[in-house]
Amino acid sequence: MSHNLAEKILQAHTDEEITRAGQIVNCRVSLVLANDITAPLAIKSFKAMGAGKVFDKDKVALVCDHFTPNKDIDSAEQVKVVREFAQQMGVTHYYEGGNVGVEHALLPELGLVGPGDIVVGADSHTCTYGGLGAFATGMGSTDIAGAMALGETWFKVPPTIRAAFEGTLEPFVGAKDLILHLIGRLGVSGALYRALEFGGPVIDALSIEGRMTMANMAIEAGGKAGLFPVDEKTLAYCKAAGRNGDTLLKADAGAVYEQDFTLSVTGMPPQVACPHLPDNVRGVDELKGLRVDQVVIGSCTNGRIEDLREAAAILKGRKAHKNVRLIILPATPKIWRQAMDEGLFSIFMDSGAVVGPPTCGPCLGGHMGILAGGERCIATTNRNFRGRMGSLESEVYLAGPAVAAASAIAGEIMNPAKL
Amino acid sequence: MLVTGKAHKVGAHIDTDAIIPARFLVTTDSEVLGSNCMEGLEPGWVKRVSKNDIMVAEENFGCGSSREHAPIAILGAGIPVVVAKSFARIFYRNGFNMGLVLLEVGDDIAKLSDGDKLEVDTGNGQIRNLTTGETIICAKVPAFMQELLDAGGLVPYVKKRLADRQ
Repeated sequence: MSHNLAEKILQAHTDEEITRAGQIVNCRVSLVLANDITAPLAIKSFKAMGAGKVFDKDKVALVCDHFTPNKDIDSAEQVKVVREFAQQMGVTHYYEGGNVGVEHALLPELGLVGPGDIVVGADSHTCTYGGLGAFATGMGSTDIAGAMALGETWFKVPPTIRAAFEGTLEPFVGAKDLILHLIGRLGVSGALYRALEFGGPVIDALSIEGRMTMANMAIEAGGKAGLFPVDEKTLAYCKAAGRNGDTLLKADAGAVYEQDFTLSVTGMPPQVACPHLPDNVRGVDELKGLRVDQVVIGSCTNGRIEDLREAAAILKGRKAHKNVRLIILPATPKIWRQAMDEGLFSIFMDSGAVVGPPTCGPCLGGHMGILAGGERCIATTNRNFRGRMGSLESEVYLAGPAVAAASAIAGEIMNPAKL
Repeated sequence: MLVTGKAHKVGAHIDTDAIIPARFLVTTDSEVLGSNCMEGLEPGWVKRVSKNDIMVAEENFGCGSSREHAPIAILGAGIPVVVAKSFARIFYRNGFNMGLVLLEVGDDIAKLSDGDKLEVDTGNGQIRNLTTGETIICAKVPAFMQELLDAGGLVPYVKKRLADRQ
């Protein structure tokens, strides 16, 4: 039978024959992930399961990135639990302190995830690795504990929605705008229980980082995974990250899709998701004049070097508006150093930005940029649920780095083309 | 299991930040999490709940993050059952693993109103609305998932698998 990308990857990890969507299969996993919020619960379940060791100490990643540097005593206690577990189990890939980055930016650059892998993580944005052609999906802590113990887990084979993008991208329009546009079209539950598969000439031309930005937000449409075909560009990225033996991967001819559609991007303006759901998407010019109190550039969605360069290109020689707090969080230590070496920090600091350490921090209302009642933020993050970044009376708008940077300068939501 | 309690109805796309905001994720204690259940929807929401009450929701309940703290907070608040038009995927698996009963009823959700007294037969997936007299029959869970339930959930299931390997 012809397989789409999701079916093809699942098939390679199971002895059962995949014949239809909805089938439940047991699959061997390539990597299991948890963070400082979800690992403590996973460890609790792991112990309750009577597991004495992880299935493979090289295939478990524990990344303390959410509340780190630890924001208070309770979060420090949680990280301590994770650290001690990692030591006890001999887990190779444990990160906190100077080597930690936002998990979904960190693991790809370390070469720990790649084409054809199945990655399960106790974090909903685990789907990011679909940008590299991995079947990667978020689960809860107990499912992750089971996978840590057994090295396998069960999946319901999802139906797949294929979205192709064609046309020419306008200036200042990129991966974030493409995915916001798609979520706006599908709705926050439009891909519920489904995999998304991306294709078309615009996707082929997109950088690997851009693909990860898009895959990252598959979950915001309810998706189980967001998959990109593996091309030469993917292989070059993975090789540079120290991986060997990865191969090209695409859907079989004649693969079955529940929906298969093409979106034309020509003429599409930069996109912004308005409160309080990621599918409340509008063109940036519709929001002109909306003042902002804070701008956050970072996160597993848009905290990579390309994103920082895009922001720097707008901020260079300009100042953030006096009423705006501009917070920039490079997503990993490598990105941080790269941005520093390229002189981006001088640009950021000259513009009045705060440059912080790699952390999920404000994205989930953890720390390092919490909003007061009545405040409005435009962020390159992935969720704008009510109260996500702080007060229930605050507002979060989601956009790409160029729009976020332009808005910081203008003090209001701004199309960078009109700055 | 037969659960009788009052329905507390919430809207569509109730996200996990509404169920338990991230600032409370510095503990794994179910009582503490339970005392802050739905704090991101409405401060003090949980005060209306008596033990064995039932949460009733529209579509895509539990969307957003993978935090297992969400079903734990609901259970910790004394709510053993959530009935929804539909559930977000990760939340569905989590609820199931935590022993929170999740019943997906589609458009029949319109038959349940806030404050109705409900009787839920979790084993047979049957909801009786004692206020209106209407009954809703839920679709059966897939056979494999029923097997997991019969084993007592994922924790005993993995425990057994580990023992079988030795």
